[in-house]
Amino acid sequence: MVIEWLAGKVIACGVSMVESIVGQSEQSRSPVLEIQDLAKHFPVRGGFLSRVSANVYAVDGVSFSIQAGETLGLVGESGCGKSTVGKTVLRLLDPTAGRVILNGEDITKVPRESLREQRRQMQIVFQDPYSSLNPRMPSGKIVGEPLENYGLKSGKAKDEAVVALFERVGLRAEQAAKYPHEFSGGQRQRLGIARALALNPDLIVADEPVSALDVSVQAQVINLLMDLQRELNLAYLFISHDLAVVEHISHRIAVMYLGKIVELTDKRSLFEAPQHPYTEALLSAVPVPDPTQKRDRIILRGDVPSPMNPPPGCTFHTRCPYVEDICRVEVPPLQEVRPSHYAACHLREAISS
Amino acid sequence: MDAMADESLVVRESLGARVRQYCRRNPTIVIGALLLLMMLIIALLASYLTPDPMKLNPIKRLRVPGEGMLFGTDMYGRDVFARTLHGSRISLLVGLSAAAVSTFFGLTIGLLAGYNRLFDTIVMRFMDGIMAIPSILLAIALVSLTGASVGIVIVAISIPEIPRVVRLVRSVVLTIREQPYVEAAISVGARLPTILLRHILPNTLAPLIVQATYVCASAMITEAILSFLGAGTPPDIPSWGNVISEGRQYFQRAPWIIFFPGVFLTITVLAVNILGDGLRDGLDPRIARQMR
Repeated sequence: MVIEWLAGKVIACGVSMVESIVGQSEQSRSPVLEIQDLAKHFPVRGGFLSRVSANVYAVDGVSFSIQAGETLGLVGESGCGKSTVGKTVLRLLDPTAGRVILNGEDITKVPRESLREQRRQMQIVFQDPYSSLNPRMPSGKIVGEPLENYGLKSGKAKDEAVVALFERVGLRAEQAAKYPHEFSGGQRQRLGIARALALNPDLIVADEPVSALDVSVQAQVINLLMDLQRELNLAYLFISHDLAVVEHISHRIAVMYLGKIVELTDKRSLFEAPQHPYTEALLSAVPVPDPTQKRDRIILRGDVPSPMNPPPGCTFHTRCPYVEDICRVEVPPLQEVRPSHYAACHLREAISS
Repeated sequence: MDAMADESLVVRESLGARVRQYCRRNPTIVIGALLLLMMLIIALLASYLTPDPMKLNPIKRLRVPGEGMLFGTDMYGRDVFARTLHGSRISLLVGLSAAAVSTFFGLTIGLLAGYNRLFDTIVMRFMDGIMAIPSILLAIALVSLTGASVGIVIVAISIPEIPRVVRLVRSVVLTIREQPYVEAAISVGARLPTILLRHILPNTLAPLIVQATYVCASAMITEAILSFLGAGTPPDIPSWGNVISEGRQYFQRAPWIIFFPGVFLTITVLAVNILGDGLRDGLDPRIARQMR
């Protein structure tokens, strides 16, 4: 007991990690980010006078929250709306419906122009380290720009801050004069991370930050992100399609399918006992580096339905191996099927009922 | 490993070597620039190289080229060599000014139109309207409204070019504003002027410079056309268009009066176009990468 108490006092953020894994802190402390029933529909215009002829339901009713020091992994196939969630959280896109609450403040209705104050608290690391850095700016300026924009530091103080940021992400100070094309992919992603850290944010949305990197560099960048989280008590919304990467970095994982969260729980329960048939199929598709192990792979039939015309009822019913009549009619709610394990499936019973 | 891209592995060449290498890769830029430079020197030194282009000499009318008069004389005995060399001043002045004016306005309007949808809708309809008017007619109308002067000619030539530049800049801005680094700039709190001037503008410059050279070339031709029609540079200023226009009546007896300014106009326009082509290839990173 004493040892536990000491450890808890010494590594404060370690506690928050443990707590969030156990899932106790959700009621006790206010989250860094909370989103409620977030939706983003893109109108499809066409025909006479470019009327709205259809909607792409990119994100359709997504809710979750992230604590300080916690990583929520958001996984799903391409086109399921993961990146749209990230961009809507940052208000790079305006949500169609729902609320985004950052550090207890509802930022959904704040007009874009006066959002600058809130933007300081949340930053983004992009997927493509090539197109996310202005090719005509030296890297030191790129990293120092956030400080300049907010008038936080200038002149020598800014240069020192940039040097500190470079060193924090594992780059050398003398590289600040170089242009982005003079860096490797991994180094560029480090620049992107340094830029995101410059404003000392509480939340970083990492939109597939390692998908464009080769595997050896992926590990370096992931470890850097995890080190930074431990040091700075950052909250991450980590978007990825790579289950192995998500398993490594996340505390909790949300699985998305066609604009909705189908399962949300801590990492261990998700990988050991997935409750949603889609998650099951996803996990069975992960290659296991052991040729002797025999596995029953669940092969999903057909394609992901179009988000312009999502199927009625459970959006997964067109491909679900266990489909029943109710699935075709009624939308399953995301409910707690085991302690702090949420799934949206008619075949699972909620524990409270 | 990331550290593989260490500077020690990158061989840095001296500046002179890099310039030589660049010239070898882009010979058209060098040829165009040298020709243009030659014309600029001629224009600057015209007064020192030649006698007075306005001096009448009735005794030496319509002299054949040679005999101390390199390009011969015109119907008033004026020296065609002097008039041709002085004409380069007007052409270069009009060409460069029209390029500068239309680039400046085109860039400003194009940047805003590419970024603001409401401004875009209004301004682009207006630009479409300007584009529908034949540029020569617009220029003639403007000159006849206000009276001939070099300044008015520059304005008259620049206005029809502005919509073209606007369209180019707008299209580049529309692609660049979707780039993640612009989103990144927004998320690190950059204000609109910063986004436009620091993140979008520098990336539009390459196609803009190329467009400016084409504007310059076509402005020089339009100036000659307007002068030829009598709606351009005032006739007392020896521009190539004026010289050709006056020599037209004596075309069969004294073809050299229109031949030499015509050749100079051709060379200058060609030089600018060659330079533009070279810059287009040299500044386009995709083509540049293929050549490596």
